[in-house]
Amino acid sequence: MSDTVKDDVRVAAPAPAAPAAETARRPRRRLDGDGERGLLSGYDRGRTGTRWGLRAAQGLVLVLLVVASLGPILWLARASVSTTQDTLRTPMAFWPSGIDWANLSTAWNEAQISHYFANTMWVALGSWFVQLLVATTGGYVLAVLRPRYAPVVTAAVLATLFIPGVVVLVPLFLTVLDLPVVNASLLNTYWAVWLPAGANAFNVLLVKRFMDGLPRDVYEAARMDGAGPLRMLWSVVLPMSRPILGVVSIFAFLNAWKDFLWPQIVLPEPTLQPLSVRLPLIRDTVELDVFLAALLISMALPIVIFLVFQRLFLRGAGLGGAVKG
Amino acid sequence: MSATIRWVRGGGLSTLLLLLPLLLVFGYFAWFPIGRAVVMSFQETNLVADPAWVGLDNFRQVLDDPLFWTSVRNTFFFTGLALLFGYPVPLVLAVVMSELRRGKGLYSGLAYLPVVVPPVVAVLLWRFFYDASQTGVFNTIFGWVGLGPFAWIQDASSAMPSLVLQATWANAGATVLIYLAALTAVRGDLYDAAEVDGAGLWRKIGHVTLPQLRGVLLITLILQVIATFQVFTEPYLMTNGGPQNATVTVLLQIYNYAFRFGDYGAATALSVLLALFLAVMSAVYFRLTRSWSTT
Repeated sequence: MSDTVKDDVRVAAPAPAAPAAETARRPRRRLDGDGERGLLSGYDRGRTGTRWGLRAAQGLVLVLLVVASLGPILWLARASVSTTQDTLRTPMAFWPSGIDWANLSTAWNEAQISHYFANTMWVALGSWFVQLLVATTGGYVLAVLRPRYAPVVTAAVLATLFIPGVVVLVPLFLTVLDLPVVNASLLNTYWAVWLPAGANAFNVLLVKRFMDGLPRDVYEAARMDGAGPLRMLWSVVLPMSRPILGVVSIFAFLNAWKDFLWPQIVLPEPTLQPLSVRLPLIRDTVELDVFLAALLISMALPIVIFLVFQRLFLRGAGLGGAVKG
Repeated sequence: MSATIRWVRGGGLSTLLLLLPLLLVFGYFAWFPIGRAVVMSFQETNLVADPAWVGLDNFRQVLDDPLFWTSVRNTFFFTGLALLFGYPVPLVLAVVMSELRRGKGLYSGLAYLPVVVPPVVAVLLWRFFYDASQTGVFNTIFGWVGLGPFAWIQDASSAMPSLVLQATWANAGATVLIYLAALTAVRGDLYDAAEVDGAGLWRKIGHVTLPQLRGVLLITLILQVIATFQVFTEPYLMTNGGPQNATVTVLLQIYNYAFRFGDYGAATALSVLLALFLAVMSAVYFRLTRSWSTT
């Protein structure tokens, strides 16, 4: 699955940002084999000094990465099954007074992490759905149906990319408090998180660019066969767009899982809050070992998702990184 | 009338209906708030009385606040340190990793792993690592080689570097991947040519690799500046602006104006100022990506 995804992205999507274009070029280079080279030539690699130097540098980088990236996570995994005493007195020792598995279940049940975990899941799934809905329907209209006003809408969507989220923080909050025209307040409802998540220009433009690159004669053929706009979206465009929808989905879900500031503002009701909002608050109310276990539980799902979809991630990261700022 | 019917028959209506989710969501939660931000920065808003026009009062208030320059200075300090820590390290990692013949996936997976950790979890974990006592996690490690104990986030002079160190840990992996992608695009024949001219490893890096990465280096620079100017979670959760206001950032100021003091006018005025600055930065960014991706 992931292999085809990778190839489809390369073939069909005109990459939106430069880094992605470079990522996409890689598989071809591999095929070219000997014709391509990096900083070191074959001759360089043959020289004993260079070879050992290279190996040393790569070994060093590997050690550095393991210690720096994996180290804190492994430490947390260890501490979440240690007693508070051990963690405080000898933070770098391995279980001087035995493993304390109970922390995890205490955190999950008594500290109600299970409840906030479910909230987070709900927040993330809703945000994912709204983002996907807006991006696919919007991208489809702007790229495939192309009504006369499409360029205006595209420009208006693009313009929001230039405006940092910070600026709208307060006016967005006031909008959510009292929605114009309908006069409803979304405060303390998940809609307050879901709907603004959909206003993500990056998603829309990414999907639009991808659909721009799909072959147009397929649409003509579908139209000849009598497919209406909705049917064409559902049976022709969406199946062809699976690769880009995968990328958008993963980043939509994870970004919702990570989000802190916005949910904290619009969900003051504790029973509704996701983990990211709740964790800083329970820090002072539960014991340290239980708190660390709660932290571990909160990062577990994103890491599992990352490990499962690693390829998709490492390809999409260029895109995410390029516009995330 | 017949024109309308023709429009509907021609699929105009269904097209508009399909675009409705985008129009509604962007209208309510992007376009309207953006316009409102500009209006609000010239108004006194307190949710009780009707908003009143106050001219430039909000801007004057924000600029006269003694914490304004502190927060600007701190934000620049954060950005500067973030560049110092987070700019060269990923580049070196990426250059070494790009010469790997095997295991590139393992290396990039490891590098990217911290990016996946939710920021709140990472910040709270690091806050514990920064425990200033003798038995704090980092102090224990430094104790092995006879250093410390350090005060980390408890001391006004080391608080900001500590925050930046954590932020670098959390974000460097994404930058590594961008550099890695850019490095594979450096043309091999340029290295061939450099070797013919007798260039050694360091000359090749200095005269081929870095110049070829110029575009992406500039882009990541601007992206980092834009991202670090919006830093909030780290100072809010790690130090909440302290000690002695050493970690008050612009966004923390905005948050405090709005959600601690209920002064929405001042908060939006400061947001607009920040936005103007960032808009210039991102305009530069988009110009660069466009010219860079077409070459």
